[in-house]
Amino acid sequence: MALLEIRNLSVDFATHGGKVRAVEGVDLTVDEGEVLGIVGESGSGKSVASLAVMGLVAANGTVSADRMSFAGHDLMKLSPRQRRMITGRDAAMIFQEPMTSLNPCFTVGFQLMEGMAEHIGGSRATLKNRAIELLDQVGISDAETRLRAYPHQLSGGMNQRVMIAMAIACNPRLLIADEPTTALDVTIQRQILELLLDLQRKRGMALILITHNMGVVAETAHRVVVMYAGQVMEERPAAALFKTPRHPYTAALLEALPERSSGKKRLLAIPGMVPGLDDRPQGCLFNPRCPYVAPACLSERPPLLAEASGGVRCIKPLAAAAGSA
Amino acid sequence: MLRFLLTRLALIIPTFLGVTLMTFAMIRLVPGDPILLMYGERTVDESVYQKLKAEMGLDRPILVQYASYLNDMAHGNFGKSITTRTPVLSEFVTLFPATVELSLTAMTLAILIGLPAGIVAAVRRNTAFDHTVMGASLTGYSMPIFWWGLLMILTFSVWLGWTPVSGRMAVKYFIEPVTGFSLIDSYLAGDWSAFKSALHHLILPACVLSTVPLAVIARMTRSSMLEVLNEDYIRTARAKGLPPWRVVGLHALRNALIPVITVIGLQVGALLGGAILTETIFSWPGVGNWLIESIRRRDYPVVQGGILLAASIVMIVNLMVDVLYGLINPRIRKGH
Repeated sequence: MALLEIRNLSVDFATHGGKVRAVEGVDLTVDEGEVLGIVGESGSGKSVASLAVMGLVAANGTVSADRMSFAGHDLMKLSPRQRRMITGRDAAMIFQEPMTSLNPCFTVGFQLMEGMAEHIGGSRATLKNRAIELLDQVGISDAETRLRAYPHQLSGGMNQRVMIAMAIACNPRLLIADEPTTALDVTIQRQILELLLDLQRKRGMALILITHNMGVVAETAHRVVVMYAGQVMEERPAAALFKTPRHPYTAALLEALPERSSGKKRLLAIPGMVPGLDDRPQGCLFNPRCPYVAPACLSERPPLLAEASGGVRCIKPLAAAAGSA
Repeated sequence: MLRFLLTRLALIIPTFLGVTLMTFAMIRLVPGDPILLMYGERTVDESVYQKLKAEMGLDRPILVQYASYLNDMAHGNFGKSITTRTPVLSEFVTLFPATVELSLTAMTLAILIGLPAGIVAAVRRNTAFDHTVMGASLTGYSMPIFWWGLLMILTFSVWLGWTPVSGRMAVKYFIEPVTGFSLIDSYLAGDWSAFKSALHHLILPACVLSTVPLAVIARMTRSSMLEVLNEDYIRTARAKGLPPWRVVGLHALRNALIPVITVIGLQVGALLGGAILTETIFSWPGVGNWLIESIRRRDYPVVQGGILLAASIVMIVNLMVDVLYGLINPRIRKGH
C-alpha cells in the first residue's frame, strides 16, 4: 500500500479579488522509501500542495480532496489534534529559507528538543543526548556547543542542517523538502542534497523533493511529477521522463537545461510566464506557451491520461515513450 | 551588552541637563511672582518682600540662579518648598508611593487586558472580535483624559454610585504608612475594610489612567503579532506539530514582544503625564497633584526638584526596558 495517496486535491485561497485556485485536481502517490521529485516553475502549486499534506495551508486557504491518506490515516477526517500527532512525527518538512525558518529567539537545542518532547517525550537528559546525536548525523561538528547557539550565529548551510535534524528527530516515514537548497551557496547545495539522500537511504524514509531544478531531480528522484499552474502535467519514472518526455512542457523544461544544450548556440527558454492565479487561460493551461498548440487545446482542458508507467495531461503527447508505455 | 549599557548610561547626562534647563526656564517664563502669590489678597511690605526675595536667592542674576540650582542638584540637594518649608525630597518621597500605586495598577491593567486582547485580535484577524477591540482602542487612545475622567466619575460615582468620587481611602480609616501603598499598608495592618475602601478608591482613577496605555499596547501587540505570525519560523513551529497555544504563545509572542516592550517603556513616561491629570481630577494625593499645586503657587524649588525627580524615574524605567529588551532578543544580547 502507498504511504501517501492523494486523489483530486485542490487548494483555494480567499483573496480580495475572490476565490483563486492554487492547486487543481492533483493526484499524488508516494511509496515507502521512495524519492519523488516534484518540479515546476514558481507558482506551479508544488509548495502549496505539499503544505496541504502537512496541514499547514494558511488560514485563508481551503483544502479539498476526494482522498488524502497517509500511513493508513484519512487526513481529511482527522481532528486538528489528531493531525498534529502525525505532522512533525510521521511526516516532516523542511523549507527553502533556512535563515528565517528557525526562530531567532530560541537556541538550536531548544528548537530541536521541543518537537521530540511533544511527540516522543522523555527526560531532559535523554532529549539532549538525542539532540547531540541528531546534530552529529547531519554533519554538525561540536554538537554540544552548537545546541546553545542561536540561529543568527550559524551560517545558512548550518541552519539547514539544523532544520534537517529537527525534521528527522522523530523518525518520520515521509520527509518533504521544499526547495531545500535554493537559498544556499552552490557548494553547500550539493552537500545538503547528499545529506538528504544519505539519510533517506539509511532510514528508508520516503522523500518528496520539491525543486525547480531539473538537474537535481535527474540525479536523485525515482519518480518525477511535473506541475504547472496548479496541475500535474506529467508523471513517470525519472529515467523514462528524461529520456522521452511526453508533455511539451516537460520537453521545454528539459530543453532549457544548460547541461543538455551542448553544441547549440543559444540556450532555449520557454517564452512567456506561468499564468497568474486569477488569469488562467481557457483550455489547456500551457497553451499560450506551447509550440505544438492546436485549436482543440484552446477550448478544452485536457484530463490526465493514464499511461502504463505514469500519466500525461495533453491531447496529443509527444512521441510515444519507448518500451512499456 | 556592557558596552550598550554604558552608552545608554552616558546618554542620561545630556538628558538630565536638558530637563533642568527646561524646568528652570519654563517656570520662570510663566508670569506670576511666588512671594506675591504666597501673600495672596494681603499686601506685603516692600522691605519684607526684598528680604524674602534675597532669602530665596531670587534677587541674583538668572544665570547664577541656574548655576546654583545645577550645583544643588548635583549634590542631591533639592531645596525646600517656598510654601511649606519642608524639603522637596521628603515631600516627594511621601507622595510618590501614591502615584506609583496608581500608575502601577493602571499599567498592570493595561498589560493584563491589552496584551491578550492584541494577541487574540491578531490570531482572529478581521473577525468581529478584532474589529471591536481595534475600534475600542482607537476610541480610548483618542479620548482626552480630562473629559474621560469626568465622564467616568459622572457615570460610576454620580449616577451608579459604585465608586467614591475622590481621595485614596475613606476618611474614617487611618492606616500607619509603612510602604506608602494604601493597599499594602491596609493589608499589613490586617484592616480588611480599609483595604476594600482603598481598592474602591483606586479602581476608577486606575481605569482612567490605563485607557491610553491599554489602547497603545493592544494595537501594538496586534500589529506586531500579525507580522510575526507570517514569519517562516512560525510555519516551522506548526510543521513540528506543536499545539496552537505553544506556536502563538511562545514562538510568536516572544518575537512580537520586542516592539511591545519598547512601547510599554515609552508609555511609562506618558503614564506620569497622564497621572498629573488623573490625580488632579480625582484629588489623588500623589506627585502629579503636588506638582500642579506647586506650579499654581510658583513654588520654584518644588517644580524644579519634583520634575527632575519624576524625569529621573522615567529615565531609569527606560533604561530597565532597554536591558529587558536585550534579555528577550538574543541578537541584541550577543552583540550584532
